[in-house]
Amino acid sequence: MLSYQQLLFNLKQYWSGRGCIIQEPYDLEVGAGTMCPETFLRVLGPKPYRVAYVQPSRRPADGRYGENPNRLYKHQQLQVILKPSPDDIIEQYLGSLEAIGIDLRKHDIKFEEDNWESPTLGAWGVGWQVMLDGLEITQFTYFQQCGGIDLDLAPAELTYGLERIAAFLQGKESIYEVEWTPGFTYGDVRLADEQHFSVYNFELADIATLWQLFELNEREAQRLIDGYGKLTGKERYPVLAVYDHVLKCSHLFNLLDSRGAISVTERVAVIARVRKLAVGTAKIWVDQNQLLDARCEAKEAA
Amino acid sequence: MAQDPQPNFLLEIGVEEIPDWMIQNALDHLQKAFENLLAENKLGGRVFWTDATPRRLALVARGVLPGQPDSVEQVMGPPKSAGEGAAKGFARKQGVGVEALQVIETGKGEYYSFEKKVAGRPAVRILAESLPGIILGIPWPKAMYWTSRGGARFIRPIRWVVALFGSEVIPFEVAGVKPGAVSQGHRRFGARDVPVSIEHYQEELEKNHVLVRVSSRRKRIVETLKRVLPEGHHIKRDLELLDTLAFLTEYPTSILGSFDRSYLALPAEVLVTVMRHHQKYFSVEHEDGSLAPYFIAVMNTPSDPEGFVRSGNERVLRARFNDARFFWQVDQNRKLAGRVEDLKAVTYQKQLGEQSSYWHKAQRMVKLVCELGGDADAQRAALLCKCDLTTEMVKEFTELQGVVGGLYCRAQGEPEAVAKAVYEHYKPEGMEDSIPSTAGGQIVALADKVDTLRECFRIGLVPTGSKDPFALRRAAQGVVKILAEGEVDQSLRVLLDGDETLEGFLEDRVRHYFREVRGFAYDEVNAVMAAGWSDLKDLQSRLEALSSVRPTGGFEPLAASFKRIRNILKQAGFEGGEVNEDLLESGAESALYNAIGELELTGTDYTADLEAIAALRPRVDDYFDHVLVNAPDPEVRANRLALLHGMLTRFSGIADFSEIVTS
Repeated sequence: MLSYQQLLFNLKQYWSGRGCIIQEPYDLEVGAGTMCPETFLRVLGPKPYRVAYVQPSRRPADGRYGENPNRLYKHQQLQVILKPSPDDIIEQYLGSLEAIGIDLRKHDIKFEEDNWESPTLGAWGVGWQVMLDGLEITQFTYFQQCGGIDLDLAPAELTYGLERIAAFLQGKESIYEVEWTPGFTYGDVRLADEQHFSVYNFELADIATLWQLFELNEREAQRLIDGYGKLTGKERYPVLAVYDHVLKCSHLFNLLDSRGAISVTERVAVIARVRKLAVGTAKIWVDQNQLLDARCEAKEAA
Repeated sequence: MAQDPQPNFLLEIGVEEIPDWMIQNALDHLQKAFENLLAENKLGGRVFWTDATPRRLALVARGVLPGQPDSVEQVMGPPKSAGEGAAKGFARKQGVGVEALQVIETGKGEYYSFEKKVAGRPAVRILAESLPGIILGIPWPKAMYWTSRGGARFIRPIRWVVALFGSEVIPFEVAGVKPGAVSQGHRRFGARDVPVSIEHYQEELEKNHVLVRVSSRRKRIVETLKRVLPEGHHIKRDLELLDTLAFLTEYPTSILGSFDRSYLALPAEVLVTVMRHHQKYFSVEHEDGSLAPYFIAVMNTPSDPEGFVRSGNERVLRARFNDARFFWQVDQNRKLAGRVEDLKAVTYQKQLGEQSSYWHKAQRMVKLVCELGGDADAQRAALLCKCDLTTEMVKEFTELQGVVGGLYCRAQGEPEAVAKAVYEHYKPEGMEDSIPSTAGGQIVALADKVDTLRECFRIGLVPTGSKDPFALRRAAQGVVKILAEGEVDQSLRVLLDGDETLEGFLEDRVRHYFREVRGFAYDEVNAVMAAGWSDLKDLQSRLEALSSVRPTGGFEPLAASFKRIRNILKQAGFEGGEVNEDLLESGAESALYNAIGELELTGTDYTADLEAIAALRPRVDDYFDHVLVNAPDPEVRANRLALLHGMLTRFSGIADFSEIVTS
């Protein structure tokens, strides 16, 4: 039986063997692996890229105080980006399942339509949820647009739900019973995390403070975005720092949402505010990279 | 009888898994496009069959000619008057001598011309040129690109193509893929490369665990299902699910799973929804129709020798049922009646401004239910019916809106009439669905739909073409169905608040309902609706009467006479007047006048009335045979017009007979 961490090792090893950079998680709160710069920004533009990383993803509203065996406030995704997507991408993906000990001649795999869309990121793609014996284990997406920009190379994104897969492999009814490594369960490692943050997110987070933080981050991001156009040394522009503020806004929005502080009517408007920042950042990233590429080419020509 | 020509063309488009619900349309389109190609290029032949799995669209044609027949084209040259020199130039351009030219007579004089023989092109060439366009021309609801921006668009990436004419591979390229004679088998139970021929296409794939024909897959699902179904049980018949599963698999096999009996304490509606909509399982029933603790899952593999698939699916279902049980328990902490105020935070329609929440909608519905004569139970149902939107159960299983509310009402001690009305208030959800079973439920459902229509039309959200994001057509259809089939005695137009656009919209739905759903002839529907369409039950009686009397001998000729009368009145610009008996001519005219006078219409028994009217036919015929309406004396003429007008008006309460199309 594979332990949880062995499962992660095997998947990383597998994708490493297929030319992927193995990255570490991004060090800010994100709702999904897609939001990390390694995906959101790298899928833009014409440069090929291949990367895999485990990303803890926080969804405050999904918290259940550690009491629901299948739901988590923070779950871990293995995120794989293949840009461009290879012709045998599905075979490669199925190979990764075999690498974690799933004999696909003894299990049932189905690809069921599931298109992905993130209104906060101005991003969408088409693809499937991959079902293993009736359990959704992976989201498979061909990205078409990100930050409102059509992508040059439609990259494939694979998002594995690691806790679910581990529970499946280990035959556990509860995620918390999954063996992380012999002697330690997933619950030993993470239960306190779920409990503490459920209490904070649902009960104690101060709404006024959260709004203030949201607005501070929004203002800082917008200030920087507004400054880009007139800038002379665009090559030095810190677009990654801008994007961190966008991520902060996105997470604060999720917190406010879980606190019940955003009415249904307001929701759309707040999402539009975050999207505006994400789209602005994506545009700058593309523009700056074109400048840098042009400079490189000029140097090579010289 | 000539034998059918042999299949001699095969196209297989190999694709990554296509969404099941899009496949049939794509095949229909592919077939049409290919038939057009054959016809336009005079290649003979016809499509033998098309079919698909999630990973391939296939088309086989038979009798396609090896090439187009040669043809002759008349090329016009200069006029004869232009002289020898011009003729020579023309002949040279055509690559022949002057002696090969003809002189032909045209409307504009004599012209040189040349009969050019055009050699037909080989089928393979034509197919190679046209197939990429045909493949990429298949319309999809949401296409994607995968090679690069601006590259080919299709529903999912095209990974291989088989294109054979006889044994020859048709050379072309589509989305970077070149056709071959090699297909692919099942992802895990077939070979990656499967050489195929037109003759053995299906067999080769079947050996590799791909059933190309959806009918074979359906058959296999049903056969394997019967094998595993426990004795004394049956499945809930569900053809839609069967189709979905047949288009989700290449080699389907049904397996049986079970769940703990304790879950049967949850409402069957919830259990079935989890199984049907979330897990795509057939649910299993005892002979008495009650739910049994089993399910049938369909997998995309030939067997489950070690039971892994079964136990995996059981585990997933258990988790889902646990969730449902949890939601049920949590939701009981607050009764529906205590959630009315919560609806203020749930947006119904943003564009309604201050009135945009479900709370406002519920208030309007209560008022409407009162106006419609709903009793206290119906009013309470209207107040509570949207409250389930705030429950965990509906947040998770949105398709159970209404149903959950009804179940909770029952569990929380609301009167049964309230529970039932809430439970059924979304009905009918389609034309095949039944209307709510109680009068109170019908009133609540009516109020819900009428409010939706009124409010959306009020702010200009009117459906256009195929765009109907708020499902207003379905709402309108529901209104019509409830009024026509239910116990509510209510004029449709009164419900529409005088909104003319909305009246037009509903008029269309009424027409649609009686034609398409009830199957009445279109001209009968038009005729009856022209005499008023607001009272749908009355409309229905009139329609039934008309439809039953129409086949009797006298009716259609009478309808033809009515049309004639209408035209006469229209031409004369006659707008009405009294008949002066003194001016009537004895014979046919007074006979008709008296017959009309003697006619007693019940006004309620439409069949009897129509039969009585139809019995007038000989009098009317006689009248037109012997009486000149357009009499020279203007007074007599006016009197005759008045007679005809009076007759038409008197009989038009049931239908406008001139709308009847007569042969």
